Amino acid sequence: METLLEVNHLTKVFSLGSIFSRVRIRAVDNVSFYVKPAEIFALAGESGCGKTTTARMILGFEEPTSGAIVHRGGQGGESENKKVWFTEGVQAIFQDPFGTFNPLRIVDRYFFETIGNFGLAANGKEAVKLIEEKLNAVGLSYDEFSGKYPSEFSGGQLQRISIARALLTDPTLLIADEPVSMVDASLRMSIVNLFKKLKEESGLSVLYITHDLATAYYVSDRIAIMFRGNIVEMGPVERVLMDPQHPYTRLLRESIPEADPKKRWGSRITLSDTEHEEYLRAGCKFAGRCSDATEMCKTESPKDVYFDDVLVKCHQCTRKYP
Amino acid sequence: MNETVLRTEGLKAFYVLDVFGTQKVVKAVNEVNIEIRENEVYGIAGESGCGKTTLLKALVAAIEPPLRLIGGKVYYCGYGKEIDVSSLSAEEKRRLRWEYISYVPQGSMSVLNPVMKVKETYRDFIESHVSGKTREEAYEIAGRQIVELGLPRKILDTYPHQLSGGMRQRVTIALAALLRPRIIVCDEPTTALDVVVQRGVVQMLRDVQKYLENTIVLVTHDMGVQANIADRVGIMYAGKMVEEATTERIFGRPLHPYTQYLINSLPRFGDKTTRESVPGSPPSLIDLPSGCPFHPRCPYVLDICTKQMPGFVRLEPNHRVACWLVGEG
Repeated sequence: METLLEVNHLTKVFSLGSIFSRVRIRAVDNVSFYVKPAEIFALAGESGCGKTTTARMILGFEEPTSGAIVHRGGQGGESENKKVWFTEGVQAIFQDPFGTFNPLRIVDRYFFETIGNFGLAANGKEAVKLIEEKLNAVGLSYDEFSGKYPSEFSGGQLQRISIARALLTDPTLLIADEPVSMVDASLRMSIVNLFKKLKEESGLSVLYITHDLATAYYVSDRIAIMFRGNIVEMGPVERVLMDPQHPYTRLLRESIPEADPKKRWGSRITLSDTEHEEYLRAGCKFAGRCSDATEMCKTESPKDVYFDDVLVKCHQCTRKYP
Repeated sequence: MNETVLRTEGLKAFYVLDVFGTQKVVKAVNEVNIEIRENEVYGIAGESGCGKTTLLKALVAAIEPPLRLIGGKVYYCGYGKEIDVSSLSAEEKRRLRWEYISYVPQGSMSVLNPVMKVKETYRDFIESHVSGKTREEAYEIAGRQIVELGLPRKILDTYPHQLSGGMRQRVTIALAALLRPRIIVCDEPTTALDVVVQRGVVQMLRDVQKYLENTIVLVTHDMGVQANIADRVGIMYAGKMVEEATTERIFGRPLHPYTQYLINSLPRFGDKTTRESVPGSPPSLIDLPSGCPFHPRCPYVLDICTKQMPGFVRLEPNHRVACWLVGEG
C-alpha cells in the first residue's frame, strides 16, 4: 500500500513540576497511523488529548521522545537541505487566522516571502501570476486581496488566504490544526468544502485535526479518535462514527448537539476529574468515566485490536468479539 | 402564554467612534423589538459581528461609551410593574442586577479572581448584595447552592486555575444564579469548550432553569446548542432581528433565506451530500447595504430588497419574519 505519511509508535513525554515532585505525562503515547495520497484523514478528540502535539511533532516543531515519522513524496526529490525538501511537501495551517498573520504587515508579503524562500518564481510577474492562481483556487481574487492588512478581512477570508499561502509550494500534504474552530459557523462549511475540492481536483492529502466530529464526518475518509494520548478507535469514517465501538467514541458521538429539536440529549453525563488524573491512570485511561469498566480496565492497558479495518483499543470490545 | 419579563421597543444601540476627527457609527443594534417571557429559554443566534453581544449589553443596561443608547427602550416587567431601565439611577440598576437580571459574559471562565479561592468570590458576591451575613453564613449559602446545582462542594476550596474550563464555566453560571434572578443572560457560554464539556454545561443550564423556573436568554452561534436547549429562537443579522419562532418552527420550517442557510449548512451524520455555506461575507456595520442588509448575499433577491427594509410579517402568534419573500407573494 502506498502511503504519504507514516507515523510509527510516536511518543512524547512532558515533565511537569519541580525536581521534587515531578510528574511525567505521556501526552502522546505510542501513536501510529498513516495518510494515503489524496485522502483526508481526521484526527479527532477533545482538547488535551495530544492531537496538536502530534501535529507539532510531524511539522518538526517538537522533538519526539521516541518513534518515527516517515514522509514520502516531496516534489523535488531528496534535496541537500532536508528541511526545505520537507516543508515543500508538507504545509500547515493553524487554528487562529488572526494570530497567523502579523497585523502590521500587508498579507501580500507573506506570499512573496514564501515564493522567495523556495525560489518558486523567476521574477515579480511570475510571482503575481502564481499568487493569483492559488487565490483563485480558494475562491478569492487578487484585487480584493493585494495591499490589505489582516484586519481588513473576515476570519473566513483570512483562513482561506492562509490556505492559499500553504498551497504556493504545491504541497502533497496539508496539516490543518483546528482550521475551522475560530471561523463562524456560517462560513465553516466554505473552508471544509475547500478541502474536499482540493482533494478531488489536485489530489491533496489533508491531515484534518479537529474536535468537531460533524465536519470530520462530512469531509474525511478515515478518522482516528484520540483520548489522553492514545488512539482509541481508528478506521473509515462511516464505520467509526456511524457504528462506534469504543465507549469514548460513543460518548463523543452522542454529545454532538444535532440541529434538530426532536433529538435533544436525554441521558446525563459525568465530567472528568482533572486531566492529570486521567493521564496518569495505569490501565485504560477512560476507565474512570466508562460505565462498563471492570477491574481489568483499571489496571491493565488494553491492546490495539482490529475488527476488519477498524482499530479499537478497549477490553470490553475485545471480549465481546474474540 | 406566560407573562413577559423583558421587553424592548425599537431598541437602537450604536457605537459612536471618533476617528481622527471623523465620526464613525457602528450600528450594532438597530430597531430591535423583542419580548422575552417568563419560564422560557430564549436563544439568540447569528454570525459573529451581528450585534448579539451588544444587544445583551443593552438588555442588562451595561451601556458604556463608546456604546450609546440612541433610541428605544428596554423594559423590565417584574414586581407587577414595568420599569424603563434608562430612567433608573446607577444605584437602582445595581440593585436590579443579580436579583432581577444577571449576566454571564463571554469568556466568563476568566472572570474568577485567580488569587482568591472560589468561596471568597462567593462571599464577596453575597456581601455586596445581601446585607447582614457573617462570613460563615456566606460560606454556608455558597455550599448549599453548589450542592443543589450538582457540583462537588470541594470546589469552593480551590483556586480557579485548579479547575477545568468546563467547571469554571459552571461555577460562573452558579454564581449568576445565586440570588435567584428572574432572568439569566448568557453570552456564548459553551463556545470555547469541548463537545462533552459543552453537553455538561448545557445540562447544567437546563437544571438551573428548571430549579429556579426563570428565564434564560442564551446567545450562541451554534445552532446545535440552540436546538438542544432553546424554546424560542431569534435570528439576528447585521444588527436586526430577521426571524423569530419556536425552536420547532425555526428548524422545521425556516423562512428567511439567511436562517435557511444557517440551518442547511450544518453537517449531519449519515448524510455526506455537499452543503453550501452562506455566500459572501458579513456586511460591515459601519457601512450597511441599503434596504435589507442581507440582499447582497441573498440568492432570491428582489428589486424591492435593495431599496427598503422589510417589516415583520407575523405568520403565527409565535413566528415572525422580516423578508420581502414572505407574506407579500
